[in-house]
Amino acid sequence: MQRIGVFVCWCGTNIAATVDVQAVSDALAKEPGVVLSANYQYMCSQTGQDLIETAIREHALTGVVICSCSPRMHEQTFRKTVARAGLNPYLLEIANIREQCSWIHKDRAQATEKAIILGRAAIAKVQLNTPLQAGQSPVTKRALVIGGGIAGIQTALDIAEAGFAVDIVEKQPTIGGKMTQLDKTFPTLDCAACILTPKMVDCAQNEKIRIFSYSEVEAVSGFVGSFRVTIRKKARYVREDVCTGCGLCTEKCPQKKVPNAFNLGLDTRRAIYIPFAQAVPKVAVIDADYCSMLKNGKCGVCAKVCAAGAIDYTQKDELVECEYGAIVAATGYNPIDLSGYDEFAYSRSPDVVSSLEFERLMNAAGPTGGTLLRPSDKTHPKTIVFVQCVGSRCSAEGKGKTYCSKICCMYTAKHAMLCREKYPDTDVYVFYIDVRTPGKNFDEFYRRAVEEYGVHYIKGMVGKVSPEGGKLKVQASDLLDGRQLHIDADMVVLAAAIEPDKSARPLATMLTASMDTNDFFTEAHPKLRPVESPTAGVFLSGCCQGPKDIPETVAQASAAASKVIGLLSKDSIVCNPCVAQPDELMCNGCSSCEKVCPYGAITYLDKEFRGPNRTTLLRRVAQVNPAVCQGCGACTVACPSGAMDLKGFSNRQIMAEVDAICR
Amino acid sequence: MQGVKEKAIELLRSKSVDRVVGWKAGEFFYDLTPAVFTSVPEVEQSFVWSVFCAANLSKYLIAESRRGGKVAAFLKPCDTYSFVQLVKEHRILRENVHVVGVQCAGMCDMETIRSHGLSAVTSVAEQDGALRVETLYGARTLDRKDALGEKCRTCKSKKLAVYDELLGEQGCDEDNGRFLEVARIEAMTPEERFAFWRGELSRCIRCNACRNVCPACSCETCVFDNPDSGLRNKAAADAFEENLFHIIRAFHVASRCTDCGECTRVCPQHIPLHLLNRKFIKDINGLYGPYQAGADFDTKPPLMDFTLHDPEPSQAAVRGGGV
Repeated sequence: MQRIGVFVCWCGTNIAATVDVQAVSDALAKEPGVVLSANYQYMCSQTGQDLIETAIREHALTGVVICSCSPRMHEQTFRKTVARAGLNPYLLEIANIREQCSWIHKDRAQATEKAIILGRAAIAKVQLNTPLQAGQSPVTKRALVIGGGIAGIQTALDIAEAGFAVDIVEKQPTIGGKMTQLDKTFPTLDCAACILTPKMVDCAQNEKIRIFSYSEVEAVSGFVGSFRVTIRKKARYVREDVCTGCGLCTEKCPQKKVPNAFNLGLDTRRAIYIPFAQAVPKVAVIDADYCSMLKNGKCGVCAKVCAAGAIDYTQKDELVECEYGAIVAATGYNPIDLSGYDEFAYSRSPDVVSSLEFERLMNAAGPTGGTLLRPSDKTHPKTIVFVQCVGSRCSAEGKGKTYCSKICCMYTAKHAMLCREKYPDTDVYVFYIDVRTPGKNFDEFYRRAVEEYGVHYIKGMVGKVSPEGGKLKVQASDLLDGRQLHIDADMVVLAAAIEPDKSARPLATMLTASMDTNDFFTEAHPKLRPVESPTAGVFLSGCCQGPKDIPETVAQASAAASKVIGLLSKDSIVCNPCVAQPDELMCNGCSSCEKVCPYGAITYLDKEFRGPNRTTLLRRVAQVNPAVCQGCGACTVACPSGAMDLKGFSNRQIMAEVDAICR
Repeated sequence: MQGVKEKAIELLRSKSVDRVVGWKAGEFFYDLTPAVFTSVPEVEQSFVWSVFCAANLSKYLIAESRRGGKVAAFLKPCDTYSFVQLVKEHRILRENVHVVGVQCAGMCDMETIRSHGLSAVTSVAEQDGALRVETLYGARTLDRKDALGEKCRTCKSKKLAVYDELLGEQGCDEDNGRFLEVARIEAMTPEERFAFWRGELSRCIRCNACRNVCPACSCETCVFDNPDSGLRNKAAADAFEENLFHIIRAFHVASRCTDCGECTRVCPQHIPLHLLNRKFIKDINGLYGPYQAGADFDTKPPLMDFTLHDPEPSQAAVRGGGV
């Protein structure tokens, strides 16, 4: 005979304001099997939990129903409460009368009726609950970091520092990411390369860190503690273990007209190249799109000049499979494509550049050797116009992004300041909607640009840029003065919005991690769990989660690392006991469940069964490995005969809930 | 097709198989029923191959292929799809079956013949590519295509998906507008459609013939017979439960149904049950690309497969496979 206790929570006024909690507990007291029905202000408080514990002991309860907030919030809390009183924690059911009832209803009578129905369904279900025991599954003590920018580097270094093995997968030939392309960093103006490259070298030298450069994640299976990841090492046609990085091949290669991606196409490189001097690993790569040896079998100069004999034109993509306990997404960002912004003449004039291109033009290792020259005629620009919020903070219907890209205000202030410092004879204008400087020493930095360096900050947007006779005619409005401005500029710099890297969306699908509409990864909780994805064992680092500057990225990268370390320091994790279980007598052996199982938890066995008239029948039946099963339930719906059932969510339990609701 | 019965005799006589699955006459000469033959005299006496051999023999091979020894089965093109699907689902043990593929010109249906104003039919025979129908009131000649059953009028393919030996020629896929009727129902308003199905399904007497004949319905224990499933009922509480039986069944066979048409053929109440399955097939084709269950041994059924290019649920929610 069931002895069920029902506990209705007020959640202060969260529930009690819309739901008549007394009426709910009175109504549920009359349900079959219910021996006690109480309500209390805060069930999750110490007093509330004591109330439940005492009731379980005094009334010898066999099942507990708590009508409160979402089980995502407090199911774990109440399971512990129930366990403390000596009841199996899986003899508890939560009826969500907050998120699914009181918060979404205004009418008190309706909400109360619904709360009673939800409570009734939970009571019907708990009648059929069985005690479950959680097993353990081992944790592979190795982490995977996807993306080798500053976020990935910092996460990997911190994980390695704690003594765990970590692999970085980077799709470019070198790690370092966007930060390698930057010149100086705000607000301290230290050189990006000077602070980044030592970290890159640390990664390469750390015994715990393996770098898969020029590689991409091909497939992910498994779950927290034991992910199985296939990594595609793209053919670089140079043997990584042999190449010394001397760079002779990159000087002798006759194919000189390859746009240099590292300098954003502002100059050219050879078909065989090392992205930049401090690349890690410092190994050459052949660009198969331009190499004439690979394209038509004629040339072979690099192989001739390579003293180490590292060139291998026959190299193929290689697939590596590894196991990981945790995965960190650090896929970063890209500036948006500006070709759609015709009003700024980006596609029509080489002197209209993006901010990242401007970084390269200012950089000592860039195409101009650090001297600021106009791309069109290699002369010094005398008047420079910076346009902020290009593609950021747009209306939802427009072509741009609705969000603020966050970093543009600060780097534009930096660019303007550096221009004025290096070339005091230049006139620098910055057009802005708002200047946003919430960060340590950020506002002081911006004010220095205005006050000490005399940068002309003008509130207003640029309407039109038209190239005319070697000049860029800039038409803009000054909103504070309320007048139209016409500026003859030599250069226009567009602060392009940033967006998540295109590789993030397919990766999220592989990781079953969720994303928002802008393709940024979603956090498990926007405030309280900002570096975890809702998918267990998947963590977030850097701009893949949202726009960030370098200090924020590094802070988040270290936070993600600490979460990974916390996971990897465990030898095993407690499994979910709500796993699938086949009824062998009903199983057809049709393999439907195996086909849909994302975890590979189902195998088949030919088993002898007793047939009619003392015969034996050999039948193929499904077997579930409970350590691998994650309880997703896909198999239970795929099974045509209903032989597969999910413990804790059995078909009978669900039907009982439906029946209770429809009663 | 000549030589079917002769082939059965030859296979048994040469002892290359232990049993043959074929057809024999039921109560009347036109209600042929599947049968297992173990000896030559049995075949000579009662094996029938005629224009009424519509019954799909594949489902019988689930049991027959597990009975020990080798069994031969005569499969028409449409039957081979059910056979392959059942092999794919590990229900039929392929190595124990000798498949004799039989090319088919479409099977006839007595109701269709009677609809031409004929009654008291005493025999139907092929004659010079047409059909000679003898009745107590004289004889008449019909075009074979005017005498076909529903499943053969909308035949999807004359191509056999599998065979070990073939009587006749291998054929090709056919286009007989099998989705036209589905499109007609799709064009109805939800109210009209609901009324249409309520009307059709109201005739159901829950004899279970559709389920019992369906090759996709081969579960060890059907959910409708399983007391734990919560679906078993001896008597329906109301008429709507009867309707749900067919809807649940259509869901259970979705993406595994080969459209063999047996459900509608055996329904004593003439409910067009195949339309439910065809609607699923049409939607699956629209959402996931053309798929024919049982066409080969390897392709994963679209509802049991996952690819990165699958339509998002919001897209899939657009009824009628509008992608």
